Amino acid sequence: MDIIRKGRGELFTDPDPDHARAFFQKKSRKMVNKSMTLAKAIETFVHDGEYFALGGFGANRTPIAACHEMLRQRRKNMGFCGHTSTHDFEILCAGEVFDRVDAGYIVGLEARGLSPCARRYMQTGKVKVTEWTNYSISARLRAAAMGVPFIPTRNLLGTDTFECSAAKIIECPYTGKKLALHPALYPDVGIIHVHESDVYGNVRVRGILKSDNDLARASKRVIVTCERLITNEEIRRDPTETTFPYFLVDAVCEVPYGGYPGTMAYEYFSDEEHLREWLKAEEDPDVFKDFLQRNIYDCKDHHEYINKNGGMEKMLQLRTIEHLLHKEGKR
Amino acid sequence: MTTTYNAMELMICVASRELEDGSTLAVGTGAPCAAAMLAQRLNSPNLSILFEAGSVSPQLPEMPISVGDSRASHKAVMVSTMGAIMETCQRGYVDYTFLGGAQIDMYGNLNSTFIGGTHQKPKVRFPGSGGANDFGSFCWKMMVLTVQDARRFVEKCEFITTPGWLSGGNSRYEAGLPEGTGPYKVFTNMAVMDFEPESRRMRIISINPGYSVKDVQDNCGFELLKAPKITETLPPTEIELKILREEVDPHRYVIGR
Repeated sequence: MDIIRKGRGELFTDPDPDHARAFFQKKSRKMVNKSMTLAKAIETFVHDGEYFALGGFGANRTPIAACHEMLRQRRKNMGFCGHTSTHDFEILCAGEVFDRVDAGYIVGLEARGLSPCARRYMQTGKVKVTEWTNYSISARLRAAAMGVPFIPTRNLLGTDTFECSAAKIIECPYTGKKLALHPALYPDVGIIHVHESDVYGNVRVRGILKSDNDLARASKRVIVTCERLITNEEIRRDPTETTFPYFLVDAVCEVPYGGYPGTMAYEYFSDEEHLREWLKAEEDPDVFKDFLQRNIYDCKDHHEYINKNGGMEKMLQLRTIEHLLHKEGKR
Repeated sequence: MTTTYNAMELMICVASRELEDGSTLAVGTGAPCAAAMLAQRLNSPNLSILFEAGSVSPQLPEMPISVGDSRASHKAVMVSTMGAIMETCQRGYVDYTFLGGAQIDMYGNLNSTFIGGTHQKPKVRFPGSGGANDFGSFCWKMMVLTVQDARRFVEKCEFITTPGWLSGGNSRYEAGLPEGTGPYKVFTNMAVMDFEPESRRMRIISINPGYSVKDVQDNCGFELLKAPKITETLPPTEIELKILREEVDPHRYVIGR
């Protein structure tokens, strides 16, 4: 098959499905209790220099507690999958955790504006960037989840996004049409925040899924943080509710409000006031340093961070907003 | 009685009229979402909105902050995956998308990646494609909603994040993008533009109240073509403004900008 054109972006991960199969062949399938603290999970399964990806979309069902823990443990020189990465990206830039990124959506926080900290970091020239689109990264994770080296799609064509990607354009052997080939993306580690999991890693997600079903299947190691642990009996009572099964998962960490200050569907809405505090603090690097010290480095865990920012009272307010209860019965 | 309105309200109202009942729309947050909500509440109750995070046909109770938040899937018929949404577009089921960017050129190409410096060391870094390249590649009609400004309307985008008509003529389809797709209309505070069918260059088709062709050209970094007959844009109606202000964006997140 002739390659018509190649993007000049660097491919940060190995798309070879046999290399991935060799890894998966050795991975334990035992249904054992994998529950542990988040600190222990990050220490054990996330290593400097590796490539990682996060579940959730933007600041929705994103493993924020895990991002904070990565900063506390000073992870560095990592590769990162910037797939609709918003508040998580802001945190990771603050810790200069990664030095190379696959960019689908980065730097911004959707309607909230752009992160000054993320912009500063991305404008230093210290970070290698390969451009993609949101769908491109979904397709790459899908290819990995399927166990094939690439997937053809019809986006990217004709653009500089393609030129700065690591995609390749070929002519379709059936129709003669041009297609963009997307190489499989197998992250070393995927971290996904979910609603419920049993101690073995049988997981339930509610609401939009983004690409997290594929992310769990594509990642060599998977850390699950969950709002609450449930029994295996509950999982088996209704297996239609299971989003992905235990043998993909390496660690299960119960972290209530683990997506705070982002949203968690059917649980709590985002803390917009606090997210604005982040953006405001970032404007002045000295102020931001103190802000990070208080909110991340001086906290022993996510619970302490939440207590510093309104605690349970705030969490209940965010629950009210999530369910639009404040609008009930209003004339 | 003269109805007063601001530039953002005008753009949203005019753009929302394009979204006919029973059509499908892929959209992000902000002004385009406001246009979709207005259309849904006024003339197009069966407008099906798709959000890239996975939501299918929601009925938005208020403006989402993120296309993945619970507002964006409120009373949806389904919540799915990003792949499912993008592939629905790729398969040809999605009629419209609204996009924006830091730069737009005469062929409707969009830049939302960086300005100044180099790609690896940009002067100003923006989010990149997000879903824009995907929607702009796959949806039948791509529309843009943005303020008329010569720094934004540039002769050539520094970086083409999302494909418009590329270099004009047939270049979009020669690049392999799906037949029949492409930029359709551009809505600004001053005018409505489309793309001349042969050259695919942007052209003025309608001028908003209070502006002239000269105003539009003076605030554009390239020469605009002019349609044989340029009409005057119908200003926002009282009912449009009432719904926009009271139901769509009561906190003025978008219309207060």
